[in-house]
Amino acid sequence: MDEGSAPIQELHDPASAAWLRDLRDEGPQRLHALETLRELLLKAARREAARRRSPSLLGGVELEDLCQQAADDALVAITRKLDSFRGASRFTTWAYKFAVFEISVKLRRHAWVGRTIPMAQDDPTWERFGPVGIQTGDQLEAVDLLGAVRRAVVDELTPRQRDVFVAAVLNDVPIDTLAERLGTTRGAVYKVLHDARRALRRRLERDGYLGPVGER
Amino acid sequence: MNERDLRELLGTNREDSGCDEALGALDRYAEAEVEGRDVEALFPAVAEHLRNCQACMEDHDGLVALVRDGKRR
Repeated sequence: MDEGSAPIQELHDPASAAWLRDLRDEGPQRLHALETLRELLLKAARREAARRRSPSLLGGVELEDLCQQAADDALVAITRKLDSFRGASRFTTWAYKFAVFEISVKLRRHAWVGRTIPMAQDDPTWERFGPVGIQTGDQLEAVDLLGAVRRAVVDELTPRQRDVFVAAVLNDVPIDTLAERLGTTRGAVYKVLHDARRALRRRLERDGYLGPVGER
Repeated sequence: MNERDLRELLGTNREDSGCDEALGALDRYAEAEVEGRDVEALFPAVAEHLRNCQACMEDHDGLVALVRDGKRR
């Protein structure tokens, strides 16, 4: 996460100021603050896991284990980045962000454990973007555009861009799962995808399928 | 193919913050949204990124839910 380089603001929120004071304490106050914070992070992880209805169909002990790991990892990240908290939001909101991130990454990765990243770009994976059956004039235009996109994927993208595009866009592989398999970060994978999409838009603009601002 | 499909395939030309900046701003974004402020105006590149990145959008939804829940208590 990029917390930016904004100047430290005076903390007008007493609760946030109390959190920072206690977490920077060198005595027992710090330990108590860490324990309280971890409980909050664990509750946040559990609530978020429940909200997502656990796409990996995790339940019981396994899900609780992931929530516990998420709370631990979030706590480590928060204590490492404590000096980057600028007071532009409440401390608890800032802290919850780490819990949400950790549990979301863990849930997505768990859902893909042991699964091969699908790289198919055959007809079935493209069909969800196009009409099936008898086609009207508008639908024929859509089929033509889709064909142009498919050609652009082959002609314009680097091998890495093609792999990421096919996996993430055509086969709905979560970006965190791709990041883990590629040994990189979510942000780096998204950058590859962003660049791939830009290359496709430029090709479609050149070929007259899109206007100058990337719109039809 | 509808506009949503097109966006999913090609993204847009509008400025996109990327994941790192979006996640960095997410706490401020979520609080502003829950408070009813205009997040599109305050964080245009983040708003655009959230439309383009499912993972970050899901994290946004989770954080907003937690912030709303906290306000109700």
